[in-house]
Amino acid sequence: MTQPSQAMRDAFLLRLLEAMRQDEKLFFVTADFGSPVLDRIRAEHPERFVNVGIAEQNLINVSAGLALEGYTVFAYAIAPFITMRCYEQIRVSLALLSEVRPLNVNLIGVGAGYSYVVSGPTHQCYEDLTIMRALPNLGLLSPADHVTAAAMFDTCLARRQPKYLRLDAQVLPVVHQAGAPDPSLGFAQLRRPGKICLIATGYPVHTALQVAEQFAASGRDLAVIDLFDIAGFERPALLQTLADYQAIVTLEEGFKGRGGVDALFFDLLADTPPRPMLNLGVAPGYRFELGSRVQLHEQVGIGPNAVRAALTAFIDRHHL
Amino acid sequence: MNSPEHALSAKTRWVWRETLRIHRRAPETRLASSLSSIEIFVALYYGGILRHDAAEPLAELRDRLIISKGHGSICMYPILADLGFFPVEALDKVCQAGGFLGGIPDPVIPGYETVNGSLGHGLGVATGMALGLKRKASDRAVFVLAGDGELHEGANWEAAMFAAHHGLDNLNLIVDDNRISMLDYTNKIVGHGDLAGRFAAFGWQAEEADGHDVVQVRERLAAMKENHSGKPKVLVAKTRKGHGVPKLEGEPLCHIINPKPELLDQLLGEAP
Repeated sequence: MTQPSQAMRDAFLLRLLEAMRQDEKLFFVTADFGSPVLDRIRAEHPERFVNVGIAEQNLINVSAGLALEGYTVFAYAIAPFITMRCYEQIRVSLALLSEVRPLNVNLIGVGAGYSYVVSGPTHQCYEDLTIMRALPNLGLLSPADHVTAAAMFDTCLARRQPKYLRLDAQVLPVVHQAGAPDPSLGFAQLRRPGKICLIATGYPVHTALQVAEQFAASGRDLAVIDLFDIAGFERPALLQTLADYQAIVTLEEGFKGRGGVDALFFDLLADTPPRPMLNLGVAPGYRFELGSRVQLHEQVGIGPNAVRAALTAFIDRHHL
Repeated sequence: MNSPEHALSAKTRWVWRETLRIHRRAPETRLASSLSSIEIFVALYYGGILRHDAAEPLAELRDRLIISKGHGSICMYPILADLGFFPVEALDKVCQAGGFLGGIPDPVIPGYETVNGSLGHGLGVATGMALGLKRKASDRAVFVLAGDGELHEGANWEAAMFAAHHGLDNLNLIVDDNRISMLDYTNKIVGHGDLAGRFAAFGWQAEEADGHDVVQVRERLAAMKENHSGKPKVLVAKTRKGHGVPKLEGEPLCHIINPKPELLDQLLGEAP
């Protein structure tokens, strides 16, 4: 029996609602962004729910101040705004300050990649992984389904550091049917056989799985890895896993060649024997076309058809 | 001669001289903006306003002080050393390898709470602390020192709106209103007009003081701290950047001017 899907934020916030009943030290701060579960948090815990208004800089500063007073803070807003509008507040009062004083502030950004499909480039988010992974001391979590998102609540409590949790705004199918992946590894292997390993995070995990299934139908296996802990994954374990493959393909719903997941793997694999690598991501540029998420993905090079074509060319080029 | 007023004035003069001495050794420090806030710090630390614990700087029972205008607080170094936050010898290593007292103070210094080098962050973080203290039913106060120049940063006004809306009357902002930013007088850059009036319009309890009258500053801060009328509070301290140093005081570019060592020697050689 397959698990019914749920919005990532609802799965995560339900865990928070439950925990706030037991733990007086949990505090929720939002920049005027909501959800039905949030209405329940606001109703049940008015003393530890604050809406700062449309003011992301203050969202971060107030969260830092609350954390300095011992609270575990969950700050909530739309992904591009909670990362880019207040980047220097995050750098100074979370990443830098936590070098000296431990702070548990969890930035929950909703709307990874193109998940706000028709809202256009202001609400879509193709830069967050790049800029957030530039900051030391900052955790970076990127689930591909609500099962993982819910389990990440435990990670948020357990790791006393600032973190950015990027959630999809759409309801996505469940990838981890057997239960949430092991948080200590930071990645999970979803398909093993094959010469080529596809690595993705967030929504593109679903694209990778779809493409791998199509290739499998024509007799070629592709491995797929869900990298859900981008800053804290276990490097030796991932390197060991990747050693089994002749070629590596990364797929991200962010700008290609601008320091995101592709750069992470250039760095990770720098000391391993050279092997063919393909990095697929959004062609840099801002576009205003309307369409479904898959249609938008195809236009910028990360839809299933575009990925399949790029993979086929890659396989031919390297005789894989 | 031994009145508390006299003691505060004597301490003020001593901190002024020590600050000049530090700058004489470490010209990388910002002198002018560190001279406008001396009376404010002396009143807070020696005037019985700020509860503090040098042995445990982050003790829960302390009052919090966020120094948002980090650069302009080199005068804190002699005060913190004098109170025992760190050994006096550390003052000899300002801006030197192996020391921890930098050109801009960082929270590795005992007595500093937050990162202050980037301007306009202090009030927001202090607002979060004030909210946290309210929610955990603590009666500790939060003080913030900000410069008038950094009030150009919009995040301050996000915090100002928030603090008033939530009635954070444990939050006490002191503006070191020395009226000079880096390149000019603030009223020639983007003027603040009636600064106290602006805060009052945002729902704050606002007052002004002569920032170089340490007794008046102490009285105003004591009254401000005890005032719990449901509003955050601000004291706009009218100060002079480069106070007491010719060629700095009144000079619009004084933020980036280093007086000649001979001038500092001459000033330090005069009778206190």
